[in-house]
Amino acid sequence: MKIAIASGKGGTGKTTVAVNLALALGNAQLLDCDVEEPNCNLFLGFDLEKQEDVTITVPEVDSEKCSLCGKCAEFCQYNAIAKLSSSIMLFPKLCHGCGGCVLVCPENAITEEKRSIGIIEKGTDEHFNIELLQGTLNIGEPMASPVIRQLQAHIDESTVAIVDSPPGTACPVIASVAEMDYCVLVTEPTPFGLNDLALMVDLVRQLDVQFGVVINRHGIGDARVEDYCRAERIPILMKIPNDREIAVLYSKGIPFVEQMPLWKENFRELYRYICKFISYQGGF
Amino acid sequence: MKICVTASNSGLEASVDPHFGRCKYFVLVDSKSMEFESIENGQGSASGGAGVQAAQQVIGKGIDVLITGSVGPNAFSLLSSEGIEMKIFSSGSVIEAIRAYEFGSLESIDSANSPGKSKM
Repeated sequence: MKIAIASGKGGTGKTTVAVNLALALGNAQLLDCDVEEPNCNLFLGFDLEKQEDVTITVPEVDSEKCSLCGKCAEFCQYNAIAKLSSSIMLFPKLCHGCGGCVLVCPENAITEEKRSIGIIEKGTDEHFNIELLQGTLNIGEPMASPVIRQLQAHIDESTVAIVDSPPGTACPVIASVAEMDYCVLVTEPTPFGLNDLALMVDLVRQLDVQFGVVINRHGIGDARVEDYCRAERIPILMKIPNDREIAVLYSKGIPFVEQMPLWKENFRELYRYICKFISYQGGF
Repeated sequence: MKICVTASNSGLEASVDPHFGRCKYFVLVDSKSMEFESIENGQGSASGGAGVQAAQQVIGKGIDVLITGSVGPNAFSLLSSEGIEMKIFSSGSVIEAIRAYEFGSLESIDSANSPGKSKM
Protein backbone atom coordinates (compact mmCIF):
# COMPACT_ATOMS: atom_id res chain seq x y z
CA MET A 1 0.00 0.00 0.00
CA LYS A 2 1.49 3.30 -1.14
CA ILE A 3 -0.04 6.55 0.11
CA ALA A 4 1.16 10.01 -0.92
CA ILE A 5 0.57 13.02 1.30
CA ALA A 6 0.38 16.08 -0.94
CA SER A 7 -1.02 19.61 -1.13
CA GLY A 8 -0.91 22.39 -3.64
CA LYS A 9 -0.08 24.95 -0.99
CA GLY A 10 3.06 24.76 1.10
CA GLY A 11 2.87 24.79 4.88
CA THR A 12 -0.53 23.14 5.17
CA GLY A 13 0.74 20.19 7.20
CA LYS A 14 1.89 17.50 4.74
CA THR A 15 4.85 16.54 6.89
CA THR A 16 2.74 16.61 10.05
CA VAL A 17 0.20 14.22 8.51
CA ALA A 18 2.87 12.00 6.91
CA VAL A 19 4.97 11.60 10.06
CA ASN A 20 2.00 11.11 12.39
CA LEU A 21 0.31 8.64 10.05
CA ALA A 22 3.48 6.57 9.69
CA LEU A 23 4.04 6.55 13.46
CA ALA A 24 0.42 5.71 14.22
CA LEU A 25 0.59 2.69 11.92
CA GLY A 26 4.08 1.50 12.87
CA ASN A 27 5.96 -1.06 10.82
CA ALA A 28 5.81 1.39 7.91
CA GLN A 29 8.14 3.15 5.52
CA LEU A 30 8.14 6.94 5.48
CA LEU A 31 9.65 8.46 2.33
CA ASP A 32 10.56 12.13 2.43
CA CYS A 33 10.17 13.06 -1.24
CA ASP A 34 10.41 16.80 -0.61
CA VAL A 35 14.02 16.48 -1.75
CA GLU A 36 14.65 20.22 -2.03
CA GLU A 37 13.94 20.63 1.67
CA PRO A 38 13.45 17.27 3.42
CA ASN A 39 12.16 17.87 6.93
CA CYS A 40 10.48 14.68 8.23
CA ASN A 41 13.57 13.91 10.26
CA LEU A 42 13.15 17.13 12.25
CA PHE A 43 10.32 15.28 14.02
CA LEU A 44 12.10 11.93 14.24
CA GLY A 45 15.78 12.66 14.83
CA PHE A 46 16.98 9.37 13.32
CA ASP A 47 20.63 8.77 12.54
CA LEU A 48 20.61 8.61 8.76
CA GLU A 49 23.01 6.51 6.75
CA LYS A 50 23.82 7.26 3.16
CA GLN A 51 22.62 4.54 0.82
CA GLU A 52 23.71 5.82 -2.57
CA ASP A 53 24.26 8.76 -4.88
CA VAL A 54 21.59 9.77 -7.37
CA THR A 55 23.15 10.26 -10.77
CA ILE A 56 21.89 11.37 -14.14
CA THR A 57 23.71 10.88 -17.40
CA VAL A 58 25.01 13.89 -19.28
CA PRO A 59 26.79 14.00 -22.63
CA GLU A 60 30.50 14.46 -23.14
CA VAL A 61 31.80 15.46 -26.55
CA ASP A 62 35.09 14.17 -27.95
CA SER A 63 36.34 17.28 -29.76
CA GLU A 64 38.76 15.18 -31.86
CA LYS A 65 35.87 13.26 -33.41
CA CYS A 66 33.33 16.12 -33.51
CA SER A 67 32.79 17.59 -36.98
CA LEU A 68 30.69 20.51 -35.65
CA CYS A 69 27.69 19.40 -37.73
CA GLY A 70 25.39 20.69 -34.96
CA LYS A 71 22.91 17.77 -35.13
CA CYS A 72 23.13 17.27 -31.35
CA ALA A 73 22.31 20.93 -30.63
CA GLU A 74 19.46 20.84 -33.12
CA PHE A 75 18.05 17.68 -31.56
CA CYS A 76 18.20 18.72 -27.89
CA GLN A 77 14.74 19.84 -26.77
CA TYR A 78 16.13 21.25 -23.53
CA ASN A 79 18.75 23.51 -25.15
CA ALA A 80 21.50 21.78 -23.17
CA ILE A 81 23.84 21.70 -26.19
CA ALA A 82 24.90 24.69 -28.25
CA LYS A 83 27.05 24.78 -31.37
CA LEU A 84 29.59 27.56 -31.62
CA SER A 85 31.88 28.36 -34.56
CA SER A 86 34.72 26.18 -33.29
CA SER A 87 33.31 24.10 -30.45
CA ILE A 88 30.26 22.53 -28.84
CA MET A 89 29.21 23.99 -25.51
CA LEU A 90 27.29 21.88 -22.97
CA PHE A 91 24.94 23.06 -20.23
CA PRO A 92 24.70 19.99 -17.94
CA LYS A 93 22.04 21.52 -15.69
CA LEU A 94 19.62 21.85 -18.60
CA CYS A 95 20.18 18.20 -19.61
CA HIS A 96 17.37 15.73 -18.87
CA GLY A 97 19.58 12.74 -19.68
CA CYS A 98 17.49 11.41 -22.57
CA GLY A 99 20.55 10.26 -24.55
CA GLY A 100 19.16 11.50 -27.87
CA CYS A 101 22.32 13.45 -28.74
CA VAL A 102 24.34 10.22 -28.55
CA LEU A 103 22.00 8.60 -31.08
CA VAL A 104 21.93 11.46 -33.59
CA CYS A 105 25.69 12.13 -33.62
CA PRO A 106 26.97 10.81 -36.98
CA GLU A 107 30.60 10.83 -35.78
CA ASN A 108 30.02 8.82 -32.58
CA ALA A 109 31.70 11.69 -30.78
CA ILE A 110 29.29 11.80 -27.82
CA THR A 111 29.45 9.52 -24.81
CA GLU A 112 27.40 9.65 -21.61
CA GLU A 113 28.96 10.39 -18.26
CA LYS A 114 27.34 10.11 -14.86
CA ARG A 115 26.80 13.26 -12.81
CA SER A 116 25.72 13.16 -9.15
CA ILE A 117 22.75 15.40 -8.32
CA GLY A 118 21.76 14.15 -4.88
CA ILE A 119 21.80 11.37 -2.29
CA ILE A 120 19.49 8.80 -0.71
CA GLU A 121 19.70 8.20 3.04
CA LYS A 122 17.98 5.77 5.37
CA GLY A 123 17.39 5.58 9.09
CA THR A 124 15.47 3.37 11.48
CA ASP A 125 14.73 3.54 15.15
CA GLU A 126 13.59 0.81 17.50
CA HIS A 127 11.39 3.08 19.57
CA PHE A 128 9.45 4.47 16.61
CA ASN A 129 9.36 1.23 14.59
CA ILE A 130 9.36 2.91 11.19
CA GLU A 131 11.94 3.25 8.45
CA LEU A 132 12.71 6.74 7.13
CA LEU A 133 14.02 7.10 3.58
CA GLN A 134 15.13 10.57 2.65
CA GLY A 135 16.24 12.04 -0.65
CA THR A 136 18.28 15.23 -0.79
CA LEU A 137 18.89 17.19 -3.96
CA ASN A 138 22.30 18.89 -4.08
CA ILE A 139 22.19 22.66 -3.64
CA GLY A 140 21.90 24.48 -6.97
CA GLU A 141 20.55 21.47 -8.86
CA PRO A 142 17.30 22.20 -10.72
CA MET A 143 15.88 18.69 -11.28
CA ALA A 144 14.25 17.02 -8.28
CA SER A 145 12.34 14.27 -10.11
CA PRO A 146 15.25 11.82 -10.66
CA VAL A 147 15.99 11.87 -6.92
CA ILE A 148 12.33 11.24 -6.12
CA ARG A 149 12.08 8.34 -8.59
CA GLN A 150 15.22 6.70 -7.22
CA LEU A 151 13.96 7.19 -3.66
CA GLN A 152 10.68 5.50 -4.55
CA ALA A 153 12.59 2.52 -5.96
CA HIS A 154 13.28 1.71 -2.27
CA ILE A 155 9.59 1.15 -1.53
CA ASP A 156 8.94 -2.27 -0.03
CA GLU A 157 5.65 -3.34 -1.66
CA SER A 158 4.91 -5.78 1.17
CA THR A 159 4.54 -2.99 3.74
CA VAL A 160 2.86 0.43 4.01
CA ALA A 161 4.75 3.28 2.39
CA ILE A 162 3.84 6.86 3.29
CA VAL A 163 5.22 9.41 0.84
CA ASP A 164 5.66 13.02 1.97
CA SER A 165 5.41 15.01 -1.29
CA PRO A 166 6.88 18.39 -2.10
CA PRO A 167 4.45 21.34 -2.29
CA GLY A 168 3.05 22.69 -5.55
CA THR A 169 1.72 20.92 -8.62
CA ALA A 170 4.85 20.72 -10.79
CA CYS A 171 7.07 17.83 -11.97
CA PRO A 172 8.43 16.82 -8.52
CA VAL A 173 4.86 16.45 -7.22
CA ILE A 174 3.86 14.35 -10.24
CA ALA A 175 6.96 12.17 -9.70
CA SER A 176 5.92 11.71 -6.05
CA VAL A 177 2.22 10.98 -6.58
CA ALA A 178 1.87 9.25 -9.97
CA GLU A 179 2.59 5.66 -8.86
CA MET A 180 0.69 5.80 -5.57
CA ASP A 181 -2.39 3.76 -4.62
CA TYR A 182 -3.96 6.73 -2.85
CA CYS A 183 -3.27 10.41 -2.30
CA VAL A 184 -4.18 12.39 0.83
CA LEU A 185 -4.50 16.10 0.04
CA VAL A 186 -3.77 18.25 3.07
CA THR A 187 -5.26 21.72 3.05
CA GLU A 188 -6.21 24.53 5.37
CA PRO A 189 -9.63 26.23 5.43
CA THR A 190 -8.44 29.50 3.91
CA PRO A 191 -8.85 31.04 0.43
CA PHE A 192 -5.21 30.17 -0.36
CA GLY A 193 -5.74 26.63 0.85
CA LEU A 194 -8.84 26.25 -1.31
CA ASN A 195 -7.22 27.72 -4.42
CA ASP A 196 -4.25 25.39 -4.27
CA LEU A 197 -6.38 22.41 -3.27
CA ALA A 198 -8.44 22.85 -6.44
CA LEU A 199 -5.24 22.90 -8.54
CA MET A 200 -4.08 19.71 -6.84
CA VAL A 201 -7.47 18.03 -7.39
CA ASP A 202 -7.11 18.72 -11.12
CA LEU A 203 -3.69 17.10 -11.02
CA VAL A 204 -4.58 13.90 -9.15
CA ARG A 205 -7.66 13.44 -11.32
CA GLN A 206 -5.47 13.57 -14.41
CA LEU A 207 -3.03 11.13 -12.82
CA ASP A 208 -6.01 8.87 -12.06
CA VAL A 209 -4.99 8.44 -8.41
CA GLN A 210 -7.78 8.06 -5.81
CA PHE A 211 -7.78 10.82 -3.22
CA GLY A 212 -9.38 12.42 -0.19
CA VAL A 213 -8.83 15.58 1.84
CA VAL A 214 -7.48 16.27 5.31
CA ILE A 215 -8.31 19.74 6.63
CA ASN A 216 -5.62 20.96 8.98
CA ARG A 217 -6.00 23.86 11.44
CA HIS A 218 -9.74 23.38 11.22
CA GLY A 219 -11.56 26.28 12.90
CA ILE A 220 -9.65 29.10 11.25
CA GLY A 221 -10.77 30.68 7.95
CA ASP A 222 -14.15 29.76 6.50
CA ALA A 223 -16.26 26.85 5.26
CA ARG A 224 -15.45 27.15 1.57
CA VAL A 225 -13.05 24.19 1.51
CA GLU A 226 -15.79 21.96 2.93
CA ASP A 227 -18.37 23.39 0.52
CA TYR A 228 -15.98 22.71 -2.35
CA CYS A 229 -15.36 19.11 -1.25
CA ARG A 230 -19.07 18.48 -0.92
CA ALA A 231 -19.79 19.93 -4.36
CA GLU A 232 -16.97 17.92 -5.94
CA ARG A 233 -17.88 14.75 -4.00
CA ILE A 234 -14.45 14.54 -2.44
CA PRO A 235 -14.29 12.68 0.89
CA ILE A 236 -13.03 14.67 3.87
CA LEU A 237 -10.93 12.08 5.66
CA MET A 238 -10.00 14.01 8.77
CA LYS A 239 -10.15 17.45 10.37
CA ILE A 240 -7.24 18.39 12.58
CA PRO A 241 -8.33 21.29 14.81
CA ASN A 242 -6.37 24.50 15.23
CA ASP A 243 -5.41 23.26 18.69
CA ARG A 244 -2.90 24.79 21.06
CA GLU A 245 -1.59 21.46 22.38
CA ILE A 246 -0.89 20.24 18.83
CA ALA A 247 0.84 23.51 17.99
CA VAL A 248 3.02 23.40 21.11
CA LEU A 249 4.10 19.81 20.38
CA TYR A 250 4.82 20.78 16.77
CA SER A 251 6.95 23.72 17.88
CA LYS A 252 9.02 21.32 19.99
CA GLY A 253 9.42 18.90 17.09
CA ILE A 254 7.30 16.21 18.76
CA PRO A 255 4.86 14.27 16.54
CA PHE A 256 1.53 14.75 18.31
CA VAL A 257 0.40 11.11 18.06
CA GLU A 258 3.21 10.34 20.52
CA GLN A 259 1.51 12.36 23.26
CA MET A 260 -2.14 12.27 22.21
CA PRO A 261 -3.26 8.60 21.98
CA LEU A 262 -6.67 9.57 20.61
CA TRP A 263 -4.99 10.92 17.51
CA LYS A 264 -3.01 7.72 17.04
CA GLU A 265 -6.37 5.98 16.79
CA ASN A 266 -7.73 8.68 14.44
CA PHE A 267 -4.84 8.18 12.04
CA ARG A 268 -5.30 4.38 12.15
CA GLU A 269 -8.96 4.91 11.34
CA LEU A 270 -7.95 7.12 8.40
CA TYR A 271 -5.75 4.30 7.11
CA ARG A 272 -8.52 1.72 7.52
CA TYR A 273 -10.86 3.98 5.57
CA ILE A 274 -8.33 4.25 2.72
CA CYS A 275 -7.83 0.46 2.64
CA LYS A 276 -11.57 -0.14 2.54
CA PHE A 277 -12.03 2.46 -0.15
CA ILE A 278 -9.32 0.97 -2.36
CA SER A 279 -10.51 -2.61 -1.93
CA TYR A 280 -14.01 -1.42 -2.80
CA GLN A 281 -12.55 0.07 -5.97
CA GLY A 282 -10.96 -3.30 -6.75
CA GLY A 283 -7.43 -2.10 -6.14
CA PHE A 284 -6.47 -5.04 -3.91
CA MET B 1 29.39 46.21 -38.18
CA LYS B 2 26.33 44.11 -37.42
CA ILE B 3 24.44 45.13 -34.26
CA CYS B 4 21.63 43.10 -32.72
CA VAL B 5 19.09 44.86 -30.51
CA THR B 6 16.48 42.89 -28.55
CA ALA B 7 13.05 44.39 -29.17
CA SER B 8 9.40 43.89 -28.33
CA ASN B 9 8.41 44.35 -31.98
CA SER B 10 9.95 44.49 -35.46
CA GLY B 11 11.63 47.55 -36.97
CA LEU B 12 13.86 50.40 -35.86
CA GLU B 13 11.14 52.24 -33.97
CA ALA B 14 10.26 49.25 -31.80
CA SER B 15 11.03 49.56 -28.11
CA VAL B 16 13.94 47.64 -26.67
CA ASP B 17 13.00 44.43 -24.83
CA PRO B 18 15.37 44.19 -21.85
CA HIS B 19 15.32 40.37 -21.57
CA PHE B 20 17.72 38.74 -24.00
CA GLY B 21 16.60 35.10 -23.90
CA ARG B 22 12.88 35.77 -23.89
CA CYS B 23 12.60 38.90 -26.03
CA LYS B 24 10.06 38.95 -28.88
CA TYR B 25 12.31 40.12 -31.73
CA PHE B 26 15.93 40.55 -32.65
CA VAL B 27 16.47 43.62 -34.83
CA LEU B 28 19.76 43.23 -36.75
CA VAL B 29 21.15 46.51 -37.97
CA ASP B 30 24.11 47.21 -40.26
CA SER B 31 25.62 50.27 -38.60
CA LYS B 32 27.09 51.64 -41.87
CA SER B 33 24.13 51.40 -44.20
CA MET B 34 21.47 51.32 -41.46
CA GLU B 35 19.85 48.46 -43.35
CA PHE B 36 18.02 46.22 -40.91
CA GLU B 37 16.32 42.87 -40.57
CA SER B 38 13.87 41.85 -37.81
CA ILE B 39 13.72 38.19 -36.82
CA GLU B 40 11.42 36.58 -34.31
CA ASN B 41 12.90 34.89 -31.26
CA GLY B 42 11.81 31.31 -31.89
CA GLN B 43 12.28 30.21 -28.27
CA GLY B 44 10.81 33.15 -26.37
CA SER B 45 8.48 30.85 -24.49
CA ALA B 46 10.75 27.79 -24.14
CA SER B 47 10.42 26.18 -20.72
CA GLY B 48 14.17 26.19 -20.25
CA GLY B 49 17.32 27.14 -22.09
CA ALA B 50 15.72 30.07 -23.93
CA GLY B 51 18.96 32.03 -23.61
CA VAL B 52 20.98 29.18 -25.15
CA GLN B 53 18.70 29.09 -28.18
CA ALA B 54 18.55 32.85 -28.53
CA ALA B 55 22.35 33.09 -28.40
CA GLN B 56 22.73 30.44 -31.09
CA GLN B 57 20.18 32.22 -33.25
CA VAL B 58 22.01 35.57 -33.19
CA ILE B 59 25.47 33.98 -33.37
CA GLY B 60 24.26 32.28 -36.54
CA LYS B 61 23.48 35.72 -37.96
CA GLY B 62 27.11 36.76 -37.55
CA ILE B 63 26.56 39.69 -35.20
CA ASP B 64 29.40 41.75 -33.69
CA VAL B 65 27.47 43.62 -31.00
CA LEU B 66 24.44 42.78 -28.86
CA ILE B 67 22.43 45.54 -27.18
CA THR B 68 19.96 44.36 -24.52
CA GLY B 69 19.02 44.82 -20.88
CA SER B 70 20.24 41.63 -19.31
CA VAL B 71 21.93 38.38 -20.31
CA GLY B 72 21.73 35.13 -18.34
CA PRO B 73 24.74 32.96 -17.51
CA ASN B 74 24.33 30.35 -20.27
CA ALA B 75 23.81 32.90 -23.02
CA PHE B 76 26.69 34.98 -21.65
CA SER B 77 29.09 32.02 -21.93
CA LEU B 78 28.09 31.45 -25.55
CA LEU B 79 28.15 35.08 -26.65
CA SER B 80 31.43 35.90 -24.93
CA SER B 81 33.19 32.83 -26.31
CA GLU B 82 32.25 34.03 -29.81
CA GLY B 83 33.74 37.43 -28.95
CA ILE B 84 30.46 39.32 -29.23
CA GLU B 85 30.45 42.72 -27.54
CA MET B 86 27.47 43.09 -25.14
CA LYS B 87 26.03 46.46 -24.13
CA ILE B 88 23.24 47.55 -21.76
CA PHE B 89 20.30 49.60 -22.99
CA SER B 90 16.96 48.90 -21.40
CA SER B 91 14.50 51.66 -22.23
CA GLY B 92 13.97 53.45 -25.51
CA SER B 93 13.70 52.45 -29.16
CA VAL B 94 16.02 50.33 -31.29
CA ILE B 95 17.27 53.34 -33.22
CA GLU B 96 17.97 55.21 -29.97
CA ALA B 97 19.95 52.22 -28.75
CA ILE B 98 22.05 52.21 -31.93
CA ARG B 99 22.74 55.97 -31.64
CA ALA B 100 23.68 55.62 -27.98
CA TYR B 101 26.06 52.80 -28.90
CA GLU B 102 27.71 54.84 -31.62
CA PHE B 103 28.00 57.79 -29.27
CA GLY B 104 29.86 55.42 -26.91
CA SER B 105 27.56 55.98 -23.96
CA LEU B 106 26.50 52.38 -23.31
CA GLU B 107 27.93 50.31 -20.48
CA SER B 108 29.37 46.89 -21.25
CA ILE B 109 27.98 43.64 -19.87
CA ASP B 110 31.10 41.98 -18.45
CA SER B 111 29.38 39.08 -16.72
CA ALA B 112 25.90 37.58 -16.69
CA ASN B 113 23.59 40.23 -15.23
CA SER B 114 20.45 38.12 -15.01
CA PRO B 115 20.17 34.96 -12.91
CA GLY B 116 18.76 32.94 -15.80
CA LYS B 117 16.67 29.95 -14.91
CA SER B 118 19.19 27.16 -14.64
CA LYS B 119 21.21 28.88 -11.89
CA MET B 120 24.55 27.71 -13.23
